[in-house]
Amino acid sequence: MSILVIAEHNNSELNPATLKTLSAAQAIGGDIDVLVAGDGCQAVAEEASKIGGVNKVLCASNAAYGHFLAENLGTLVAELGKGYSHILAPATTTGKNFMPRVAALLDVAQVSDIIAVESADTFKRPIYAGNAIATVQSEDAIKVITVRATAFDAVSAEGGSASVETVDAAHASDKSEFVGEELAQSERPELTAARVVISGGRGMQNGENFHLLEKVADKLGAAVGASRAAVDAGFVPNDYQVGQTGKIVAPELYIAVGISGAIQHLAGMKDSKVIVAINKDEEAPIFQVADYGLVADLFEVLPQLDQSL
Amino acid sequence: MKVLVAVKRVIDYNVKVRVKADQSDVDLANVKMALNPFCEIAVEEAVRLKEKGIAEEVVVVSIGPKAVQEQMRTAMALGADRGIHVETDDLPDSLAVAKLLKGVVEKEQPQLIILGKQAIDSDNNQTGQMLGALTGMPQGTFASKVDVDSNTVSVTREVDGGLQTVKLQLPAIVTTDLRLNEPRYASLPNIMKAKRKPLDTLTPDDLGVAVKRTVKVLKVEAPAERSAGVKVADVAELVEKLKNEAKVI
Repeated sequence: MSILVIAEHNNSELNPATLKTLSAAQAIGGDIDVLVAGDGCQAVAEEASKIGGVNKVLCASNAAYGHFLAENLGTLVAELGKGYSHILAPATTTGKNFMPRVAALLDVAQVSDIIAVESADTFKRPIYAGNAIATVQSEDAIKVITVRATAFDAVSAEGGSASVETVDAAHASDKSEFVGEELAQSERPELTAARVVISGGRGMQNGENFHLLEKVADKLGAAVGASRAAVDAGFVPNDYQVGQTGKIVAPELYIAVGISGAIQHLAGMKDSKVIVAINKDEEAPIFQVADYGLVADLFEVLPQLDQSL
Repeated sequence: MKVLVAVKRVIDYNVKVRVKADQSDVDLANVKMALNPFCEIAVEEAVRLKEKGIAEEVVVVSIGPKAVQEQMRTAMALGADRGIHVETDDLPDSLAVAKLLKGVVEKEQPQLIILGKQAIDSDNNQTGQMLGALTGMPQGTFASKVDVDSNTVSVTREVDGGLQTVKLQLPAIVTTDLRLNEPRYASLPNIMKAKRKPLDTLTPDDLGVAVKRTVKVLKVEAPAERSAGVKVADVAELVEKLKNEAKVI
């Protein structure tokens, strides 16, 4: 078995989701190569070569891959992936964007968002917003898979000494071009990697009130998240959203404040180790999954919580 | 221009699904079905393009058993002009759907194809991208804003760190994210009118596509239940428990 893992990075450093995807690759077993495709991404390739258990790093540095456009990256990965039995990428927005193109170009199905590896061809994945877990078996010669990073432990970033090979192929589609991006600035830990997450919902009432959460977050070293209701109401930007259609998190501690706990929100956080719910409605469904529930007004509780930490 | 919208019939998003006792699948008998929420947003976007005079015709396509026509009628009540039903025995997987859609695209030659970013039943998030690869068209996935020009479309995409904008040559594929628009409700007169809109039925054979499935579902289980939690009286007790019992802070 030979596995190609597509590294997720920002052209200067590796995203931790890559280390977790490598853990899924190790569970499958076999030689693991890592592809680092981007623009000026040699440093990332060097970083990847030091990861324990990596056989070889392929570095495709070209302006065409700088913004990870699916048209270009999909063609490259499908071409390089032909010789492998498995192609894996993290189920981030980047992985979700280009991997199905890879699968279709190779004329195989894709197994999305796996949470466990049962064997080299059998995997578990959540369906229906995480309300059911399907065990699926792929008969395809090449298995194209995206990996839910929160379901796997990261492999060690050190201990390896893989060789770095340069890939010259430049696939630049003239049908799509990068125009610009607006990335949210945050000094707090990244939502999907944070050890503690504190999220606010519609009960926060407005965006201003999110500073109450931020104060607690800073004391706990936590990331701040939100429910869809809070995002739709414009309290916070969309990349804060935790849920079926937002980010999937599984921190050690998840604190849900003013969040009722709709199925779609639970899909994004119910694998957290400890869940705390703060809500004034004691009938709110969030209390059914919370380890610790506090029925109280969040505007009284948050300042008290801030003080007692 | 002509806009093609692909829609899927799925379990209503408010329904709490139950896994069958024999673990073969989830129980869909007597469960309320609906238009997939992301497909609803796709239909809305196409109808808005028509209202702006950018699109001349909105064609809705769905794949599956005869029952999917119910959701196609809903899409037509929202403003789609006509429907194409590709009839199959059950719901094929994403790759087969993409191949069937490619067949419809070749017949219809739309300039813009809009799909939802994912269906809330299989949660795959694949079909739009696969159709892009098969037709060689560029893709704007997870769109929260779409601006159509004479021969290009600018798509603002929701990505992990924020927003990204790409410009695509038409014909192109767009998949919708939640914040693209707020879908309208179908009015009773429009529901009545939708019943008379044309709806053609095709088979996979008509499109020259063999539907096969290479990923088999071996088992469907309920997720592990969380053990019941406790209610605490105040913040002091909460902090004490988090520190000493759960040891997470």
